[in-house]
Amino acid sequence: MAEFETPKLGEAPDTIPCLSIGSMAHSKPYKAAAEHQEKLGFPGELVENWQEKAIDKFGELLGKYRGLQVYMDACVKCGACTDKCHYFLGTGDPKNMPVARQDLMRKVYRRYFTTAGKWLPWLVGAEDFTEDVLEDWYSYFHQCSQCRRCSVYCPYGIDTAEISMAGREIMDHIGVGQKYSNEIIGKVHDIGNNLGLPANALRATLEDLEEDLEEETGVEIRLPLDEKGADVLLVTPSADFFAEPHVDGLLGYAKVFHQAGTSWTLSTHASEAANFAIFTGSYDQMKQIAERIRKAAEDLGVKRIVVGECGHAWRVAYNFWNTLIGPFDFLDQNYPIPQHICEFTHDLIIQDKLTLDPSKNDHMTLTFHDSCNVARASRMGENPGGQFTYPREIIKAVCNNFVDMAAETIHENTFCCGGGGGLLTDDLVELRVKGAKPRMEAYRQVVEDHGVTNLAAICAICKTQFAKVMPYYGFEMDAIVSVHQLVSNAIVFEPEPEDDGDQGTGEDDHGGE
Amino acid sequence: MSTFVGIFLYLTTLILVVGLIVRIRRYAVVPAPLKIPTTPAPTTTGGVVLRMAREVVLFESLFRANKWIWIFGWMFHAAMLLILLRHLRYFIEPVWTWVVLIQPFGKYAAFAMAIGLAGLWLRRILVERIRYITGPSDHLMLALLAGITLTGMAMSFAVATDIVSLKTFVLGLLRLELHPIPSDAILIVHLVLVGTLLVVFPFSKLLHAPGIFFSPTRNQVDDPRERRHITPWSTERLSGHRAGGAGD
Repeated sequence: MAEFETPKLGEAPDTIPCLSIGSMAHSKPYKAAAEHQEKLGFPGELVENWQEKAIDKFGELLGKYRGLQVYMDACVKCGACTDKCHYFLGTGDPKNMPVARQDLMRKVYRRYFTTAGKWLPWLVGAEDFTEDVLEDWYSYFHQCSQCRRCSVYCPYGIDTAEISMAGREIMDHIGVGQKYSNEIIGKVHDIGNNLGLPANALRATLEDLEEDLEEETGVEIRLPLDEKGADVLLVTPSADFFAEPHVDGLLGYAKVFHQAGTSWTLSTHASEAANFAIFTGSYDQMKQIAERIRKAAEDLGVKRIVVGECGHAWRVAYNFWNTLIGPFDFLDQNYPIPQHICEFTHDLIIQDKLTLDPSKNDHMTLTFHDSCNVARASRMGENPGGQFTYPREIIKAVCNNFVDMAAETIHENTFCCGGGGGLLTDDLVELRVKGAKPRMEAYRQVVEDHGVTNLAAICAICKTQFAKVMPYYGFEMDAIVSVHQLVSNAIVFEPEPEDDGDQGTGEDDHGGE
Repeated sequence: MSTFVGIFLYLTTLILVVGLIVRIRRYAVVPAPLKIPTTPAPTTTGGVVLRMAREVVLFESLFRANKWIWIFGWMFHAAMLLILLRHLRYFIEPVWTWVVLIQPFGKYAAFAMAIGLAGLWLRRILVERIRYITGPSDHLMLALLAGITLTGMAMSFAVATDIVSLKTFVLGLLRLELHPIPSDAILIVHLVLVGTLLVVFPFSKLLHAPGIFFSPTRNQVDDPRERRHITPWSTERLSGHRAGGAGD
């Protein structure tokens, strides 16, 4: 990994840098080895007639995705998006401006698929699909975290995520895949989760966590696995099983289920909410991964599916599951299908079914990071914007000190953490650090102005990314917390009847209703 | 000259209409297999119609993105609409009252259109980021529009053309009859530029006009949990047992 300089903080989050042409051209993730490619049905290495194959695939995608087709034609180069991408703001590389990133594909589109580009390529910026162009594709389509911030501001809603997904899909089909995502997708197919955590290891981990929970609360709080007949199947990112601060969030879910008296279970077959195929643009892979969850739900005979704290997983679950693996007529129709864990907890808070002591979080002043896929590609609750209010209302119910970051950096304007979209890999650390700059800047402002101590998030990728990059900007790595970690801190369990203290040690299974 | 201009305008209009039909059909036929509205998004069709209306009439997203581009872009488009409506007077007889009423506004809107175009063009030259993304065709498009605006303004405010015979010529074209066109160089240039724009339209970024209505991030209803989003394409991909929606 080449050395790089961490950007300096101290200006507004959306300060526009001077152009620094080619400054990130060197940033490329490791390419997938043949075994990882072939496992997913892609060629192991760059195929001989790659240009022809790529154009064929491109043409196929143009006929399959209306968004891609319209977005190739509609851009007028107005410039509205040019200062909206966190990677541009953090690097100054003009090819990280959404329109310029799109143009890497658009120039090939024009050359091979439009009349103007065939006859007058110099006039409309059409170019042959050369090796140099392919290098640019690989580099800059892996500098898009598919966060969709550009699509909020585009007057036609052009979504660069759709374009980088198509770009990666085309590259996969000519043998140029990204190691990080494709290797992980292979693990999900083999083992059931991104980490490659086998069933017995998962079981052991959960048992350890149950012991920790009992020690902490004095109550036997369970983390059930593969329990047939449970009401709820919880599907959560596998990072929740061991990474910090993710696992503290998992303990929070367990406490909420316990206090609500809801029977629930995790599944070894579907021990992963994440679905990295959305990042690589592969519809078929995405469907196959999602199928595991349907199968687990059917096999376990659950009535509901709840999804843990994970941004892109919630996008796939909320927006795509019904199409990919629906209809869900075997589930209880009285609940949202699927339901976000924040919706689940929020409902309980509204109904006053949780015993919460927000003073338990008084040592912290919180702010909330809206994760892109939740903010701009999904919803919670009945009303548009519920994805913003639900997590904040939960935090406010369990914490006394909450401050929002600047308005232009939250809600649908939120800045990506810098690690989404299949970029959360060590070979892209420079990009991840620089891409986090706008968010870190907004965070720094509330730290300095309001004494904020911690950043809460509901996305496994955001949490891992912040734990990694915050130290580069002079913040503690554990400043990032899970929202359900805060719930976990604040939730109070009734002590055993014979106990007086609020840290009971009994072994009673607190059943609830 | 009349014959040349007449045939030119017929031909360019034909290219515009056929070109647009082909493109719009393409947009309509290609499926949107997944739900991808940019959220928060409306949860009802009525809401989507409103969202789209705000985008098309007010340029809502652009307004949020960049006030300078918005003010020049909106000024240009609104003025152009007014001017186009004003031009109806050359195509209908008798002229509708509301077209008569907007005449003075439509006439002076030319200045707003010119200022809007100038602002957009200046940004292409002066703002580093926008200069970077600007290609020859972007300048050419602005030149074309500026040429149309300036020749139009010249006829409105400087050297008046023979409107009466122009209207006879235009109404004639509508009835497939050829009447003499005023031999006015500015008018001929104006019409040739307009014809060129018509031809360019279906092959260029001007497709943003029909395109926005087909943009899935803007035209989809946010209701994926309530309604199963199915397209022929995604159904075909749904292997076997559940393709037809067979449940338990």
